[in-house]
Amino acid sequence: MKYLDEFRDPDLAKVLLGEIEETITQPWVLMEVCGGQTHSIIRNGIDRLIPAEIEMVHGPGCPVCVTPLDVIDKALAIAARPDVTFCSFGDMLRVPGSDGDLFTVKSAGGDIRVVYSPLDALAIARENPDREVVFFGIGFETTAPANAMAVYQASQEGIANFSMLVSHVLVPPAMRAILDSPSNRVQGFLAAGHVCSVMGFAEYEPIAEQYDVPIVVSGFEPLDLLQAIRDLVRQLEEGRAEVENAYPRAVSRSGNGPAQAMIGDVFRVSDRAWRGIGTIPGSGWELAEEYREFDAVSRFTVTGIDTMESPLCRAGDVLRGQLKPDECPAFGNECTPRSPLGATMVSAEGACAAYYLHGRFRELEEAAQ
Amino acid sequence: MCLGIPGKVIEVTGEGVTRTGRVDFDGIVKDVNLAYVPEVQVGDYTIVHVGFAIAQLDEAAAMETLQLLQQLDAVDTELDPDAALAAEERIAEGSGP
Repeated sequence: MKYLDEFRDPDLAKVLLGEIEETITQPWVLMEVCGGQTHSIIRNGIDRLIPAEIEMVHGPGCPVCVTPLDVIDKALAIAARPDVTFCSFGDMLRVPGSDGDLFTVKSAGGDIRVVYSPLDALAIARENPDREVVFFGIGFETTAPANAMAVYQASQEGIANFSMLVSHVLVPPAMRAILDSPSNRVQGFLAAGHVCSVMGFAEYEPIAEQYDVPIVVSGFEPLDLLQAIRDLVRQLEEGRAEVENAYPRAVSRSGNGPAQAMIGDVFRVSDRAWRGIGTIPGSGWELAEEYREFDAVSRFTVTGIDTMESPLCRAGDVLRGQLKPDECPAFGNECTPRSPLGATMVSAEGACAAYYLHGRFRELEEAAQ
Repeated sequence: MCLGIPGKVIEVTGEGVTRTGRVDFDGIVKDVNLAYVPEVQVGDYTIVHVGFAIAQLDEAAAMETLQLLQQLDAVDTELDPDAALAAEERIAEGSGP
């Protein structure tokens, strides 16, 4: 496929690895914010190809992983209602709530549909006026234009049986929360490419300046990631802390104007709880006042939510970059993709699932050596 | 989740918030909402996320990136054979691309 294969060229990857090798003189800790990048890094073994001085720490950019437990529990309660058709992206179905997951609700007779786009959920609502159709609207800035459009079209067309359970999160406040933590080790960030396709990268400039931390916008293919890592190492070695764009084919400084306008119309900034991390001020979006009638939480009164996390799960430490998945005692033992204790083992973007799927088992690897 | 797939726009219909395209992903063709990329026309490439085009792919930027790397490739081994060799070795023993 054009724009994918060229950015997987092993010969050019060697060039970039050589450049990183030439540049680096001391250890650096880098974080890739986005879970899609985590997966690409582990799948392609990039963390092992780069010089050993570089430690890649995996960030919280996995919306499925950070959707708070009480929202999952609300989803389970709403999805179990006989009058509701509950639509969701597929990877939310196995995320453990306090008591079961959406699959549990489905097997008990709940009408749960996996959809590819929020517009698919809107189409189901249009075709089934006698059903309450609820879409689980999670995601980072990348997904917000799609979710906002579904609410906007529902409003324009007067589709009153459509609503959205919104749990939207934002990258820049999460980066600030990581940098504010007294135990922070991260010295440079790979910014999430598609988040920046929508939002641009100007909003990262004050972060780079205030925290004296370099930030490089990165794509998802091996050459994109290696180029961003090279640019970060260069900045760190030269004592610079700037925002650079290593994904110019899909990202501009100002981002996507029409998408930002739609987001600005439908959503407004809110405080948001992140699963395993806690509440980060101003780190999410909720429906703006004039679209509040499409808010599933206000439409369906959900009470009696009493959240309970697995005491063994250390997903919060993994999401903050404090613990590698294979350092968790439950990893591959009590916790596997088949029976996950936490959301980081569920999602295709969760760091724990990435380590499991690509055979990163510390004990096995030590035994093999 | 933020997975975005590049595809080629082969047909455009509708306008405004329902501007829609048929987009070819290496043989698989899907309907994609093009409301957020009004500049994209038939023949252009776009990044698609959950049924929405979120960015037009900039061919000139993509080519520039690759050409810079190819130029480096040509001079790389002459300038620093040790670094190139070290990278080769890690690729040989690693699970790399």
